Amino acid sequence: MLRFILVRLASAVPTLLLVIAVAFLMVRAAPGGPFDAERVLPPETAANLAAAYHLDEPLPVQFARYLGGVLRGDLGPSYYYRDYEVQELIAAALPVTALLAGLAAAVALVVGLAAGACAALTANSGTDRLVTGLAMTGISVPVFVIAPLMVLAFAVHLGWFPASWTGGGRGERLVLPVIALALPHIAFLARLTRGSLLEVLSADFIRAARAQGLGTWRVLRVHALKPALLPVVSYLGPALASLLTGAVVVEAVFGIPGLGQLFVRSGLNRDYTLVLGIVIFYAALIIVLNLVVDLVYGWLDPRVRAR
Amino acid sequence: MSLRAALSPLAGRTRGVRLGAWLLLGVVALAVLGPELSPHDYRDTNFDARLLPPGLAGGHLFGTDELGRDLFVRTLTGTRVTLLVALVASLVSLVIGVAWGSIAGYAGGRIDAFMMRAVDALYALPFIFLVILLMVAFERNFFLIFVAIGAINWLDMARIVRGQTLSLKQREFVLAAELLGVRPAAVLWRHVMPNLLGVVVVYLTLTIPQAILVESFLSFLGLGVQEPGTSLGALVNSGVAHMERAPWLLLVPSTLLALVLFCCHFLGDDLRDRLDPRRSGS
Amino acid sequence: MRFRGIRCAALAAILVALAASGCGEAGRPADGAVLDRGLGGEPESLDPHRSRSLQANHVQRDLGEGLTGYSASGELEPRAAARWEISEDGRTYTFHLRPEARWSNGEPVTAADFVYSFRRLVNPETAAFYSQSVIDVENAAAILAGELPPDALGVSAPEPLVLVVRLERPTPYFLALLTHPSMFPVHQASVESGRTYARPGNFVTNGAYKLVRWDPGSLIELERNESYWNAAATAIDRVRWHIAPEPLAELYRYRAGELDITDTVPPEAFAELKAERPHELRVAPYLSVYYYGFNLTRPPFKDNPRLRQALSLAVDREVLADKIVGRGERPAYNWVPPGVDHYEPQVPAWANLSREERHARARAAYAAAGYGPDAPAKVEIRYNTSDTHQRIALAVQSMWRDVLGVETTLVNEEFQVLLSNMRAKEVTQVFRSSWSGDYNDAHTFLHVMTSDAASNMTGYANPVFDSLLQRAATETDPERRRDYMQQAEHVLLDDYPVIPLYFFVSKHLVNPDLEGWEDNVLDYHYSQHLRFAR
Repeated sequence: MLRFILVRLASAVPTLLLVIAVAFLMVRAAPGGPFDAERVLPPETAANLAAAYHLDEPLPVQFARYLGGVLRGDLGPSYYYRDYEVQELIAAALPVTALLAGLAAAVALVVGLAAGACAALTANSGTDRLVTGLAMTGISVPVFVIAPLMVLAFAVHLGWFPASWTGGGRGERLVLPVIALALPHIAFLARLTRGSLLEVLSADFIRAARAQGLGTWRVLRVHALKPALLPVVSYLGPALASLLTGAVVVEAVFGIPGLGQLFVRSGLNRDYTLVLGIVIFYAALIIVLNLVVDLVYGWLDPRVRAR
Repeated sequence: MSLRAALSPLAGRTRGVRLGAWLLLGVVALAVLGPELSPHDYRDTNFDARLLPPGLAGGHLFGTDELGRDLFVRTLTGTRVTLLVALVASLVSLVIGVAWGSIAGYAGGRIDAFMMRAVDALYALPFIFLVILLMVAFERNFFLIFVAIGAINWLDMARIVRGQTLSLKQREFVLAAELLGVRPAAVLWRHVMPNLLGVVVVYLTLTIPQAILVESFLSFLGLGVQEPGTSLGALVNSGVAHMERAPWLLLVPSTLLALVLFCCHFLGDDLRDRLDPRRSGS
Repeated sequence: MRFRGIRCAALAAILVALAASGCGEAGRPADGAVLDRGLGGEPESLDPHRSRSLQANHVQRDLGEGLTGYSASGELEPRAAARWEISEDGRTYTFHLRPEARWSNGEPVTAADFVYSFRRLVNPETAAFYSQSVIDVENAAAILAGELPPDALGVSAPEPLVLVVRLERPTPYFLALLTHPSMFPVHQASVESGRTYARPGNFVTNGAYKLVRWDPGSLIELERNESYWNAAATAIDRVRWHIAPEPLAELYRYRAGELDITDTVPPEAFAELKAERPHELRVAPYLSVYYYGFNLTRPPFKDNPRLRQALSLAVDREVLADKIVGRGERPAYNWVPPGVDHYEPQVPAWANLSREERHARARAAYAAAGYGPDAPAKVEIRYNTSDTHQRIALAVQSMWRDVLGVETTLVNEEFQVLLSNMRAKEVTQVFRSSWSGDYNDAHTFLHVMTSDAASNMTGYANPVFDSLLQRAATETDPERRRDYMQQAEHVLLDDYPVIPLYFFVSKHLVNPDLEGWEDNVLDYHYSQHLRFAR
């Protein structure tokens, strides 16, 4: 197990280098620079700015300089926010997005699994149809429709929750964004759980257990749950990616100072260092999370572990 | 699974499945034919008929938008674009994914390990953000949207195809072909690929909704299809701003979007059921 | 099944718990001395020498103060300087600073502070975006080019409270220039402390408020500066600037009671707001012009004034302003917006023609340029992503098609891409742009069209125009100066280097309980002039 983890982490290094290189090239290939604006700078000022940020050096030199900084743990100054370092900005935005995404994932897991189990155990009844119907709606309506609708209904008209991040207390300002972010995942997980649980429940070993007289709850907990969770776990990987895009939308609508919004703005501002910093961070995160997912998968399915 | 099996939902066993299949077909037909049947062009502005609610007045069945353009035509034109983007993007990811996965699975050994390691590495790239960078960098280009979206999705396809190829490799007809001296490329093309069709079709029903949602996300950022062209995602995005005063601008494209996504998921479920022999009993 | 019941009850319980945890009023302190304002974007920095965005300027005007400033109604008034004298030749300004002016740490504001600050502004190492603000001061150009040290700048402090500024040439709008945040003083000890200057805890400022908090992407919080010389007249204790880049989301926040003032109003909501909240919606003319520029360095617009004239005349600006943009904007037929101090906008005669007559003239010019229905002009309009720009481009495209038969392609580009294309002048033909005035004088609009102006994206180079503007710049008699500028604008408009489309308006939603808000053409609304009516 330990060896497995170490090997995976070691192979992450070339991956990260590839990621940095690709992102670096893409950002620099884009026309326009961090200091361009409609009001053209006097040539001397432009020259001084370029020198201060090493933009006048050849590209490979800039890349080497940047890489050297990264290895020392220095992600550089933000090109747009002239008083801030990239690390500071990421460190400020990270907890916000982590909280948001974490809560959304937790809510999605709990509610989605519960709803899916509910539906599976009452297959083809009214409850089942209701849950399935809601789930189908949940994956068919994009988050950038749901989020503003929620703001309009619950914040503006009903006044139950704040309309934005700065409009209320710490607990209440999380409710709407978390629900908006979690909704499509609740729907998807409900469907997934229902399908996989139904499948497992009709399997031979379950029938055998039932035939032996074991109660439903026991059957579920001891025998059915683990294998039923397998597809759920493998869903977690792509779920992360869509949690990211959902976060960008939700952060924009609610004015949340998270990593998603930071990234989009840094791209549009041509804030090279900030863009790269976030890309590196996310890549590292995804690698670690994939590792975790694989470990969980192994725990759930002994057959996989044997491999 | 053959093509006939893939099209079987149209004559599906359950009413629900048949409904889903025909509904999707209906949407496609409407998108293709609808704009031709209407007297309005999707670009025609009419400043005296702005924000008309749906009705039979002035021949605007679904109403008009803030520039006086007919919503019916625009929605269907948008549907065309959305379906086109989704289809082409899925095909792009299909081609790359199938090629990559089947070669890796069939070749086995070192090549397989290297190719799949590359896939793992690429998984770590935050693709959505790179798509954004791409769109920002290279001037919103219709063609580029397909490529960008296709480039996100092929990884999963590659993995699944590789898995499938690995198991197909052991089958008798493949072994027989190899023994007969058929070249690897030909074996791949003539024997392995046709049997991947089932998995591929099923997976398409997953990637199409994904591609649609990615395109609408790009529209949200202002990086999707550009005016005067439009897509369902773009229409929904601009409809949100009019939610309270002109709700039809949101409801009409959202309904169509939801319908398309809904049908794709529904059909995907059904096709997956058929593919998995264990399920046929339940 | 009892089992099913448990599961479903759990589900329900979770949802109820979620809802209950958040119930309650949207939190806004009931304390009336807190002002919540929306900011349409994030400042790149609050250091006056390292910022340039309008958003940064809004916040900086609450934090700092220059020698002069504007009253609530937009009149120039003394601020850090109590009074001043101007020499006969118009080149020497002697400012007498307010003895009671204080920094936020209690130290007095002295002339030496201003000397230090101007030198820092012009110092090439600072690489200040707005170093051009001091360009009229003696030796500034040479210092910027690196030929002289910053100490050579024509500013001196013969006494602690006396500041003398020597200009290269009489600059009639110099006092207006001094209101711009780039001309605010910076606190020398804090700048040289080794810590970043413009961050909470180190940002010593001389204005009505001081910086207490900056959460990037979210909020900038200011607190009353007790040492401010006019603190007694400042009613608001705390100002919270909320970053709100999406106009629709900002509107929702205002409606939910989280904002007292919005930065703008989304176009879709304008009509309804005008009807439902007429006293809260504040629309005022603004010193900014929205225009389409021609690339005069390449065909088809190089040496082709008739085609340019035709395209300009064919655009129906009334429709654009009323129907397409529809938020109170005014159609623009000339370059300098109305409301500029001491200036008469040179509206061309053809602006008063009827639609048909204007179209006829357009067609005549079109034909004279050698085009017609069989030989249509093919033109490209470039604009950056935005709903409004799209709509306007679409409308102009159909106007040109209907009146002249021109075939127009629309090219949508991301802002930075468009900017670099505009600057390169290689691929652009017609491009969308806008120009805002930095101060209330026609010069700020006219000078951008001189042949050597860096921000001249059209490539317009008319020696007659240049020389008229030159003469205006050095003319001390205000009447004659105005005549020169008006003549210059006339010359400009006759050449059709641009198609002015409309003049911007500033639009805000303002809490009806707020007093002291006055519409002005610069859209400056200092928080210190506002108060809650209670």
